Amino acid sequence: MESIMAENETIAGRIRIAGPDTKQTGEDLSQEISETVGEITVSNPRMTCRNVNVYYGDKQAIMDVSLDIGKNQVIAMIGPSGCGKSTFIRCLNRMNDTIDSCRVSGDIMMDGENIYAPGMDVVPLRARVGMVFQKPNPFPKSIFENVAYGARIHGMANHKDELHGIIETSLRKAGLWEEVKDRLDQPGTGLSGGQQQRLCIARAIAISPEVILMDEPCSALDPIATARVEELIDELRERFTIAIVTHSMQQAARVSQRTAYFHLGRLIEVGTTEQIFTNPRHRLTEDYITGRFG
Amino acid sequence: MNSPGKTSLVFSPDAAMQKVRAGLGRRYRAERRFRRFGLAAILLGLLFLALLLISIVGKGYSAFQQTWIALDIVIDEQQLDPTGQRDPAVLATANYGALVKDSLRRMFPDVTGRSEKRQLYGLVSGGAAFQLRKLVLNDPRIIGTTQHIRVPANDDVDMLMKGHIDRTLASSRRRLGDDEIAWIDRLADENRIGKSFNTTFFTAGDSREPELAGIRGAVVGSFLTLAVTLLLAFPVGVATAVYLEEYASRNHWTDLIEVNINNLAAVPSIVFGLLGLAIFINFFGIPRSTPLVGGLVLALMTLPTIIIASRAALKSVPPSIREAALGVGASRTQTVFQHVLPLAMPGMLTGTIIGMAQALGETAPLLMIGMVAFIVDIPGGVTDPATVLPVQIFLWADSPERAFVERTSAAIMILLGFLFLMNALAVVLRRRFERRW
Repeated sequence: MESIMAENETIAGRIRIAGPDTKQTGEDLSQEISETVGEITVSNPRMTCRNVNVYYGDKQAIMDVSLDIGKNQVIAMIGPSGCGKSTFIRCLNRMNDTIDSCRVSGDIMMDGENIYAPGMDVVPLRARVGMVFQKPNPFPKSIFENVAYGARIHGMANHKDELHGIIETSLRKAGLWEEVKDRLDQPGTGLSGGQQQRLCIARAIAISPEVILMDEPCSALDPIATARVEELIDELRERFTIAIVTHSMQQAARVSQRTAYFHLGRLIEVGTTEQIFTNPRHRLTEDYITGRFG
Repeated sequence: MNSPGKTSLVFSPDAAMQKVRAGLGRRYRAERRFRRFGLAAILLGLLFLALLLISIVGKGYSAFQQTWIALDIVIDEQQLDPTGQRDPAVLATANYGALVKDSLRRMFPDVTGRSEKRQLYGLVSGGAAFQLRKLVLNDPRIIGTTQHIRVPANDDVDMLMKGHIDRTLASSRRRLGDDEIAWIDRLADENRIGKSFNTTFFTAGDSREPELAGIRGAVVGSFLTLAVTLLLAFPVGVATAVYLEEYASRNHWTDLIEVNINNLAAVPSIVFGLLGLAIFINFFGIPRSTPLVGGLVLALMTLPTIIIASRAALKSVPPSIREAALGVGASRTQTVFQHVLPLAMPGMLTGTIIGMAQALGETAPLLMIGMVAFIVDIPGGVTDPATVLPVQIFLWADSPERAFVERTSAAIMILLGFLFLMNALAVVLRRRFERRW
């Protein structure tokens, strides 16, 4: 304990340590986390979440989380396993609807509309908020068909040339065009892991969404493929808003501008990436970052 | 981080190795015993299968040959068409039997006496007259000529030629007396009797005379019945499985439905026949013994099998495919029909083919709906009276004539052949489409 205290004092900046003990139970936690530390709002939000609670049956997985997703920014969600970051990100495009026992309450607003309003059509929502999953899941169809599927069902291309244009653009943006341009009719499942994930990213951006949600996109990839995908995320930032869940703090530090730390279903702290990693204000954030748990 | 002194091993490595080696012998012996039992079980099963096939093929292969007798028939114009006008109505009703009898009398002029002549005429099948009639109606120009025609022999003659009648028995204990056998031997000397491939078996419908009986009516009836079954059971079964698996919420009602479907798969098939009799025939008034009502009954029977197989196929599609499709903005219906269903289709087809193979061999429910009747005509459509192959086998097995024994076995061979083909098709399909993702 004493050595850790000394370490904190050498890091520049003010540090507020919320409690005297390093080990705390859940009940003590709720006392000290009444409010998220840091700025949950941004000046130009793409999506805003207020008082979001998520229940799986009787178990509550997300407790009263409020957060803004900033436009043309990358926000990283970090936290120990089981803290609810994947659950939270899946709320943003209502993918939790596919789970029978899941119930979501609270407001998630996009362009002034609550996406959980009773009459809300999920299909155009998911066209505007795309998703890339942890394990690459290309359709068991050709590479061309994989990327074209979204454009087809949303009627984005009127004739073949437009469709080809969309596919080439998306594959170029995903950094995959040069590798697959000669074999577009081959099955998407025949590519390597890293290529499959970039194909899934191309598939997601082909329908020109506004927000892209990424749920641990690199966890199934080798380091070189991971580096390529991280480069890609940085390039995509200019056109899209990106929210990425990651269990790698180094990745969050490399790729994001804002970082949110989750713990046991609550949003503990949010702020700029630099501030979170060099100068965390909440004790739990600091414990996680310095590797004491998680 | 344990201190080096404290170890978590129970034994030292050497002692552990000793124990392992001591037990190895027993383990290997148990494995060998198990493998021997398994091999013995397989061999026993194969033995019974071989016995079954050998007994059926042994009894049935001779049915594929039919004895013929060559006759020189004088097609007498005076008998058939006295006016010479070649009127089809007159030709159709003329007495062709008399011409056949004439030719027999000419071949055996020493046969006198009424009962002997009757025995002589009995060498040849009653169908000879119909065969001659067909020839004349096809080509009336042969009237007035003498034709060398091979007509089917009577079933007793056929049995003698195939060696099923014991010549050493006393004359009164045989189906054919000494006279008849003498005549047959004379025909054999003149090369006027022989065996050839039994095309009648495949081209004719049922008949009281074994030499004229064929399975065509039953095969066409089976085909029509299965077609109706497939058309009804496959779409309904697949749609039900898709609804229960993809759209229905999980509550008490769907649990109840699932339990009931599983139970229906185990209900004895004759109950479906009773249901068909009570509702389709008595209440709706659908004509009995038709492929339509047979298909309806078999469809009800096959539906649980198809639903269960289809649900299993749908469950086996990984959820990542569904999530990928939903994530791109596909609606639930688009996800199911454009992604899940194509991937589940091979499993569904396999289950359907197996269900159809089961339906092909079903007899009891079809007996209930009246297919036990004696039908000679080849059914033309689904509302014509018909019979099916397993029922035909059942009816022939009941018949007293000796010649029907071999025909029953031959029909069983045909039925087993179809079943084997259908199951082989299911296996091939399953192999081909396995693991496409």
